[in-house]
Amino acid sequence: MAQTFSTLAYIVASVLFILALRGLSHPETSRRGNLYGMVGMGIAILATLFHAGMGVGGLGLIIAGLAIGGGIGAYLANRIQMTALPQLVAAFHSLVGMAAVLVAAAAFYNPESFGIGHPGNIHAGSLVEMSLGLAIGAITFSGSVIAFAKLQALMSGAPITFKGQHYLNLGLGILLLVLVISFVATGSAVLFWLIAILAFALGFLLIIPIGGADMPVVVSMLNSYSGWAAAGIGFTLGNLLLIVTGALVGASGAILSYIMCKGMNRSIVNVLLGGFGSDAGVASAAGGDGGPARPVKSGSPEDAAYIMKNAGKIIIVPGYGMAVAQAQQVLREMGDLLKKEGAEVSYAIHPVAGRMPGHMNVLLAEANVPYDEVHELEEINPEFAEADVAFVIGANDVTNPAAKTDKSSAIYGMPILDVERAKTVFFIKRGMASGYAGVENELFFRDNTMMLFGDAKKVTQQIVQALQH
Amino acid sequence: MNPTELANQASATAERALALAAQARMMAESAAPAVAQAAGHAEPFLLLLTIFLLACFVGYHVVWNVTPALHSPLMGVTNAISSVIVVGAILATGLGDSIAAKVFGFLAMTLASVNIFGGFLVTRRMLAMFKKKG
Repeated sequence: MAQTFSTLAYIVASVLFILALRGLSHPETSRRGNLYGMVGMGIAILATLFHAGMGVGGLGLIIAGLAIGGGIGAYLANRIQMTALPQLVAAFHSLVGMAAVLVAAAAFYNPESFGIGHPGNIHAGSLVEMSLGLAIGAITFSGSVIAFAKLQALMSGAPITFKGQHYLNLGLGILLLVLVISFVATGSAVLFWLIAILAFALGFLLIIPIGGADMPVVVSMLNSYSGWAAAGIGFTLGNLLLIVTGALVGASGAILSYIMCKGMNRSIVNVLLGGFGSDAGVASAAGGDGGPARPVKSGSPEDAAYIMKNAGKIIIVPGYGMAVAQAQQVLREMGDLLKKEGAEVSYAIHPVAGRMPGHMNVLLAEANVPYDEVHELEEINPEFAEADVAFVIGANDVTNPAAKTDKSSAIYGMPILDVERAKTVFFIKRGMASGYAGVENELFFRDNTMMLFGDAKKVTQQIVQALQH
Repeated sequence: MNPTELANQASATAERALALAAQARMMAESAAPAVAQAAGHAEPFLLLLTIFLLACFVGYHVVWNVTPALHSPLMGVTNAISSVIVVGAILATGLGDSIAAKVFGFLAMTLASVNIFGGFLVTRRMLAMFKKKG
């Protein structure tokens, strides 16, 4: 009876989780979707708490864990700056990974709680599932810790590569498989922890060769892993809700990774092998010393303000540099002033702009830019030809026309925003250094491009001041 | 194709996915007695595997319908719901009779709770910022 009740509750919770994701198909329904998710989680927790045989001491511990963790989570969620969202998400992924490892350990030392056997005599099937949940959880944990450290700039965001790296990973992968097989055969505690340690090392090694602008793929991929880890634990415990949720999350992360790779015209294998953009330093050093070899037109913020004041249609192209300079608020002020001057202002977002999927959209939303002014690449690309001004702030590679024409370019074939079709292109940039891919941007040398050298926030502030006069 | 058409189509697809999921669940449930009859340890695994694969398809369809503008909140929500692993932590903490199980359970409980509250609240904060013109 109790079993039927909790299974029913789990089914209701799974449906609510599906509805939570479905709500995200539109901003209007998304808030309700999030609420469905919370209700689903509440139902799942309550249904599990009413499980027969739960002692008072156990209940106390559960409530203590919920209160401590919940307090920390709520504090972080309310305090975090939206520019730091990617590292928060990476940190959260690491927690799911670690929780999976811990639950697997608890199941290993106390299998009766989950009805999968007795210590030292756990069903072989459960051991397979347990080792999978454990390994994926551990990889998710250490991989996310590295992703967090890179995003938080605790370590260099540049790819770390060394000779024989891929063979080492392959070797470790095979060793992991051997360990899993012997663990299933023997059920030994030593092997359990060896699997954990090896998987921690593997997660670490898998993420260090992947660098800065590939972070959106890494974050989505770890999102996917955390789902598969949950599903693995779900199989171990024979829990329907964990399996369904794990599959949903795993699929979601996989799709996001795919979209990000497509946005860069690279295969997932290519991204995972890493090392992309590692020669960026060399390329920019070569061009940086003697000043730009080719002439570029540069202008003052006042020039830009004058031209934009008289423009009819303006498209703003924000990139990660805008987030770094925290320029989104002042950018919106500029947009408001231009709208008052009668211009039509819209925003164009490249799929891989920022350090996580949809990062730019959140930052613009935070700065009170209405979401119906913000457009995706396919949607807005035809409009550049009719635009008087394209205003590029903190983006680089995603605007490089060489991606369409230069077959030898590292970014050839990557879908780009057609900013060069606009009558005038303003490009805010600190200097002439090349972008993440180490490729010089053709756009800088076009006749219709005017470079605005300086910090994104300062330049935009100066434009706003000039517009107010 | 205009946005409303697209939205209608998207919601129709999602509806279909949901109907499929409901059907699949019914099928899985009607298959359950047969599976139980066959008994043994391998069969419940097949049932769970079926549920898993169907859920993958549901996830696939639902997530493709998520608008790209909301990909960050999508990560927030998926992150929050993946901490449903808390169910395992609760069982380990509440039913465990060895110190090890209780300690592991309690730690997992705490970490997953950070995620539950953090994930849903940060998503709510993000979504509250998405506003229409005017």
